Amino acid sequence: MSGHSTYQPKTGIERWLDARLPIVRLMHDSAVSYPVPRNLNLLWTFGGILVFMLVAQIITGVILAMHYTPNATMAFNSVEHIMRDVNFGWLLRYLHSNGASMFFVAVYIHIFRGLYYGSYKAPREVLWILGVIIFLLMMATAFMGYVLPWGQMSFWGATVITNLFSALPVIGETIVTFLWGGYSVDNPTLNRFFSLHFLLPFMIAGVVVLHIWALHHVGQNNPTGVEVKDVKKDTVPFTPYATIKDLFGMVCFMLVFAWFVFYQPNFMGHADNYIPANPASTPAHIVPEWYFLPFYAILRAIPDKLGGVLAMGGAIVILAFLPWIDTSKVKSMTYRPIARQFFWMFVLVCIGLGYLGAMPADEPYVTISRILTVLYFGFFVALALIGIFERPAPLPTSIADSVLGGSGARLGHATAAAPQAKG
Amino acid sequence: MAHATDTTGTEPTRRDFLMLTTGAFGAVGAAALVVPLLGQLAPDAQVVAAGAPIDLDLAPIAEGQAIKLFWRGKLIFVRNRTKKEIDEAKAVDVATLRDPQTDEQRTKAGHERYLVVYGNCTHLGCVPLGNAAGEPKGEFDGWFCPCHGSHYDSSGRIRKGPAPLNLPVPPYAFTADTKIKIG
Repeated sequence: MSGHSTYQPKTGIERWLDARLPIVRLMHDSAVSYPVPRNLNLLWTFGGILVFMLVAQIITGVILAMHYTPNATMAFNSVEHIMRDVNFGWLLRYLHSNGASMFFVAVYIHIFRGLYYGSYKAPREVLWILGVIIFLLMMATAFMGYVLPWGQMSFWGATVITNLFSALPVIGETIVTFLWGGYSVDNPTLNRFFSLHFLLPFMIAGVVVLHIWALHHVGQNNPTGVEVKDVKKDTVPFTPYATIKDLFGMVCFMLVFAWFVFYQPNFMGHADNYIPANPASTPAHIVPEWYFLPFYAILRAIPDKLGGVLAMGGAIVILAFLPWIDTSKVKSMTYRPIARQFFWMFVLVCIGLGYLGAMPADEPYVTISRILTVLYFGFFVALALIGIFERPAPLPTSIADSVLGGSGARLGHATAAAPQAKG
Repeated sequence: MAHATDTTGTEPTRRDFLMLTTGAFGAVGAAALVVPLLGQLAPDAQVVAAGAPIDLDLAPIAEGQAIKLFWRGKLIFVRNRTKKEIDEAKAVDVATLRDPQTDEQRTKAGHERYLVVYGNCTHLGCVPLGNAAGEPKGEFDGWFCPCHGSHYDSSGRIRKGPAPLNLPVPPYAFTADTKIKIG
């Protein structure tokens, strides 16, 4: 899809650099002339939004690290120091803590968009798996970051999550001791989590480069799921069309982000985390951050320790196998009448599990969690079976046809904006 | 390249041997690096040294009361059990337990009043409730873990919920009638 480079160095300096390091050519080919399907909707702006969030998290995070002390006796106070004494410290910390939540909001929309439009199917399997790896790295990073303020939720969240590894037979206990650097979560644990929390975002950035590379090699999927057949008719150049649209999406997203930061900065946190860590007492009701709740509900639904841990891990890892689980050749759920209903059921199941993960481990929540856990995995079984007998609706012959159509009635909103953007 | 000057056909040459042995040594060297890189994650000397045995006087613990203390950074419960709790613990049919252990195996002979166990749930490490007055003790007069709903009995054995094992008994010995040394 990347095709032949259209970059034309104009000045002498550009030609000189292009012969030595064709970096401007690379930027031009991947962010200016790069052809994007003309029918992309606003859901496709979340890739750009996620890049923005990653950069925002790295910038605010590096600054917070300048004022934070990774020591079990001082960490909690140093966070309060950031909040009260450091100039704009409150702003930077709220941007960072709410930024983590917004990062997950964006990534979940991005993942569900990929699920709905079949973006994981050939030839995008590697692109999809890289995305799953980024998701796992994000979860690890977010978890370790949440431990750093060393409040009660930090401490007990760290205890519960590291103890998940103790479920593994034979080596489990050793792994946990090595994670802790002691016999319980303590100062050595905090120190290594700080170090890794600093490292992982840069690893994410590395995998993001691979993710974008894979994306630009195979080309973007689109709402019809029909591949680009004629670059001239089916695509528009990335700049200005996708650039402007991505920026528009980003600005809208930032409005929501800013509303949380300035009006509800603790909405997605827990009051218990403003109590310093106390290893002698667990808060009455410990819950992870909202973005882990569906998986936490799956963990608690299984009445066996190892089984629960495997189910929780499996719920994420199964995503990586989706390209081979889904048997249908049709990508977009728009043309899959049966699978589409299962998709929306799956969305509801995930939201339901998220709700249950926040509830106490009592009845009736446990039983409902079990039912929804079965339904969660059932979705993947359904995708494997539906593809065999489902009769998909007729696909448009090309992207251009789907937008311009015979009647012109479906003159897409995506292209409607194009002439204005050009002017 | 080695084969370009090879006159003996399939016989390995001196150069093949050098390549193999050099590669093998390199691989062993790289593998050896794993030892310090992972070894540093283990509990350090200071953490290990903090695990020296500690003495504890049980006399101030009234009947029915329980206390918490730390040894090696780990929480320990010491409970002075009531007659009812001891009887309940002994009355259980061990064969029905998830992690079968008799009450005798979990206490010291002649000191059945005192139960000494680690205070972290064997599921995911939360601190079960049931020490202080007014806290829920679960359905078996022991402890109840609020995180994921595990019930422990008055001998610290798992009876209900997701935890797989009984609360472990730390190494300890009675040095006098009401004095113990943990560790």
